[in-house]
Amino acid sequence: MTNRPRTPISRRGFLAGSAAVGVSLTLPKAFAADGKVNFYNWDTYIGENTIANFQKESGIKVQYDLFADNDELFAKLKGGNPGYDLIVPTNDFVERMLDADMLLPLDHSKIPNIANIDPLFMDRNFDPGRAYSLPYMWGTIGIGYRKSAVDGVPDSWSHLYTSDKYAGKIAMMSDATTVMQMALKHMGKSLNDWSDENIAAAEAMILKQKPNVAAFAGDNGQDLLLAGEVDLAMEWNGDILQAMDEDDDIGYVVPKEGGLLWEDTLCVPKGAENIENAHALINYLLDAQVGADIADFVYYATPNKAAKDLMSDDYLSNPAIFPPESTTESSEISVFPGAEITRKIEDAWTRIKAG
Amino acid sequence: MSLENYRQQPAVFAAFAAPTLIWLLLFFIAPLGIIWLYSFGENVSLVDIETTWTLDNYARIFQPEVLVLLWRSLWIAGISTLVCLVIAYPVALVIATAHPDKKPWLLLLIMLPFWTNLLIRTYALLNILGTRGRLNDVLGWLWETTNTLLTKFGLGEFQLIGESFTPLKFLGTPGGVIFGIVYVSLPFAILPIYSSLERLDKSYLEASLDLGAGQWRTFYHVLLPLTAAGVVTAGIITFIPALGQFLTPDLLGRGQVDMIANVIERQFKRANDWPFGSALSLFLLYITFVLLAVRSFYDARKAHRS
Repeated sequence: MTNRPRTPISRRGFLAGSAAVGVSLTLPKAFAADGKVNFYNWDTYIGENTIANFQKESGIKVQYDLFADNDELFAKLKGGNPGYDLIVPTNDFVERMLDADMLLPLDHSKIPNIANIDPLFMDRNFDPGRAYSLPYMWGTIGIGYRKSAVDGVPDSWSHLYTSDKYAGKIAMMSDATTVMQMALKHMGKSLNDWSDENIAAAEAMILKQKPNVAAFAGDNGQDLLLAGEVDLAMEWNGDILQAMDEDDDIGYVVPKEGGLLWEDTLCVPKGAENIENAHALINYLLDAQVGADIADFVYYATPNKAAKDLMSDDYLSNPAIFPPESTTESSEISVFPGAEITRKIEDAWTRIKAG
Repeated sequence: MSLENYRQQPAVFAAFAAPTLIWLLLFFIAPLGIIWLYSFGENVSLVDIETTWTLDNYARIFQPEVLVLLWRSLWIAGISTLVCLVIAYPVALVIATAHPDKKPWLLLLIMLPFWTNLLIRTYALLNILGTRGRLNDVLGWLWETTNTLLTKFGLGEFQLIGESFTPLKFLGTPGGVIFGIVYVSLPFAILPIYSSLERLDKSYLEASLDLGAGQWRTFYHVLLPLTAAGVVTAGIITFIPALGQFLTPDLLGRGQVDMIANVIERQFKRANDWPFGSALSLFLLYITFVLLAVRSFYDARKAHRS
């Protein structure tokens, strides 16, 4: 038996868990609420009782809101913080927000549970010294595949980008940057090396492969895989994990050329009114037991070393959660390339879509 | 107190018109004005747009790839509209000539799909039209049955209908997108045609038939011209939203048949290029205006002639 309480639901899932949208937990009147905190998080991206327990223990009322993707989060805060105290952007959006001066520095002295975090995560190129963001969950982008329909393990990007072996059975993501980045990995380049030649080469590669691609799937590559519409899908590991839970014939691999590492982080946006309470909530989320409960429910890789020690082997040995070390080494964290290059990437994408 | 002439009762008129006007001003004119300003702007940082009155954003519309997508949107919307009109006219005719007791029920059937959310209906279509979808299940079953029959008659070895059944590909093709748009727009096309048929004086048709014109001639020379206004309205009401479709190309087109609205959506989200997105959406609006202007010009000329 595993200790898995229920099917993990993708936090990036579009329809999954949509019933939870708009749920806000309120504190019973009996508590003398010592202030409140507005928490803006991904859908189904927290333990079942985490918020309720925090409210009980701290007396701080949590107003809990959900967003579907980083773009939505960014668009909401772009015109001025509408009142959020704690947000969960992915690493490249941390950079964007830092660039746009949208985040407040964290007071590490108020977050003693930082000690629980794997030191590996405490120095990241997108936020040196973690002055503005603390790691919440991390994962990869790789290939989800139908075991019975492919030869062995499709552990190379060539199956998606250059080969016609699985023509018409391939799903790519619909995000220009990510699809171009995996093309760069396939060419043996760094996924952050956006020279004009690299962009042009990636564009040509994808354009050539386009007829073999069944779908540029917005956020449902795993559904196409489950339905048998495709046999290979480039996807977030969490989405494939969910599919693997439904169908034993589904596997996940980060290709040997390496993939993308992502990290979702806890940040306090500028304009937050309950900064103290936000710090208290961050500290609570980084607690060993609380972190283990969250990881057990959302089933993503936790950067919390103390929490990991409390987790089952089933979780720790799952290659779709924790990929082999060799793969992690060849994988990279995406660095936000700036507005000018983003425009070049998007223009290339428009040409691919028009082609 | 009478509302027959607003000049006599300006205060009453103002009181009635004010909520609508304020609504329009706040939630239509003002946002559109902001988009208009953005379209002449530049990204000065990730979050700030400065209106510099640059025409760069409009110039970018004339890049070949954007024109390709614009042209694709125009022809997909055009064909969808034509298909809609061809299907809608007979349906409207049936409803208009139905027994008065049955009319409300037939109209209800037309409206019924609106009771379900568009996104859910589109996902249902995905389930039907997929390579492993229900439609291909039926086609596969038909193939099997036919093949079994042929084998029974000793024709098996000729493989008259192919060696095996290959599922048809609907999704990710322009055909799939057109199907989706027709499916969504059909009720909008039926209703205006129905109302113009409903208002039609049936004695014109009787006169035409009595005077020796056949059914087809009556249709072309009497019925169609008399309901032309309804057909044009149906066409416009179908074409304009079809031009701005982004959900259908995204889901039924599998991202392989992107239209211009997909580019616009991307500018506001992933690309974070609101000025270009604004210019593109306004450009689409201008195209719509031109189409409407052509229509009223045509109407005016016709009115002048008669």
